[in-house]
Amino acid sequence: MIAMPVIDQGKCDGCGLCINVCRGDAVAMVGRTVAAVETGNCDWCTDCEAVCRTGAISCSYEIIG
Amino acid sequence: MAVQIESLKSIPYFSGLNPAELEAIRKYVFEKTAARDEVILLEGDTSDALYFVVSGVVKVFKTSAEGKEQIIRIVRPGESFNDVSVFDGAPNPTSAQAMGPVVISGITRNDLQNVLRDYPQVALNVNKVLAGQVRELMALVEDLSFKHVVNRVAKILLENAGNGAGSPPRLTQREMAAMAGTAREIIGRSLKALEQAHAIRLDRNRIMITDRETLREMAMMAPQARGRARPVGSAAGTTRDEGQQL
Repeated sequence: MIAMPVIDQGKCDGCGLCINVCRGDAVAMVGRTVAAVETGNCDWCTDCEAVCRTGAISCSYEIIG
Repeated sequence: MAVQIESLKSIPYFSGLNPAELEAIRKYVFEKTAARDEVILLEGDTSDALYFVVSGVVKVFKTSAEGKEQIIRIVRPGESFNDVSVFDGAPNPTSAQAMGPVVISGITRNDLQNVLRDYPQVALNVNKVLAGQVRELMALVEDLSFKHVVNRVAKILLENAGNGAGSPPRLTQREMAAMAGTAREIIGRSLKALEQAHAIRLDRNRIMITDRETLREMAMMAPQARGRARPVGSAAGTTRDEGQQL
C-alpha cells in the first residue's frame, strides 16, 4: 500500500486549501473535513502540508540510515 | 468580476470598516483568476496593484541567478501580496505564483491612495499588516543568516535514522523545522542541499542516508572512526557560504 499524507480529522477545519494545491487529486473533501485519496498520483510534494494552517496534514519521511 | 463585501471583510487591510465604508471601497477593487502555476508577478517587473487572495494559495518567492527558489511567504485567503511595490513604486522584489487555481482581488496604487486618504482606519491597518510582514521577514533573515540550518537538519537525520530493524522513524518537514528552530520553508531547501552533497537521497516519502560520513561532516559532528571533522561543505560539494546561508 502506497504511503499517503496523514490527515488529523480533529484538526482539519475543512478550508480545502490542500485540495486546491494538490496536483494529484490525492486529497478530497469527505463530509466537512478532508481525507487522503489513494489515486497513485501523490508525488509527496508536501504542498498540502505546507499550506495547511491548522497543522492537520502530516507528510512524514521515513529516515533510513 | 464583482467583488463581494464578504470577501473584503476578511481582509486585514479593511478590518474595522463599517458596511457603508466597505461598499464605497468595493468600487475600487477588481477580481481576477489565475490558473495553477500561473506567474502572477515576476521579480524585477513593475506592477501597480496590491493583491489579496480570495480563494486558493499563492506562493511568494525569490529566485537566485542559479535558479534556486526561496519561498518567502505562502499567501492564504484574506492575506495580501505585492504590498511593497505598491507603496514604493519600485519593481517587484519577489515573484508570485498560483499554487493551484486561485481567485485574487486587487486595487491599483492610485485607487489605494484614494482609499487611504478617505479612510484613515485603512492606513492604520496597513501599518499593522506591514509590521507583521517585516517581523516575518526578520525571522527569515535570522534563519538564513545566522542559523546553520543545514547542519542541524543533518544532525536531526543522523539522530533519527532507523537501522533497518522495525519501523523506521518518521518526521515531517514541520517537525524537522520545529526541531531545528527554523521555518518549514527552510527545511526543503536544506534537504535539497544535503541531497546535492550526496549525503542523502530523497525517494518520495523516504530519506535514505547514502553517505553517513559526509552527513556527519555537514552536521559538524566528530567523525566516527577516522580523522577530524572538516568545516561544513569542505568535502560535501557545498561551500562554507552556502552552509551558512542555510
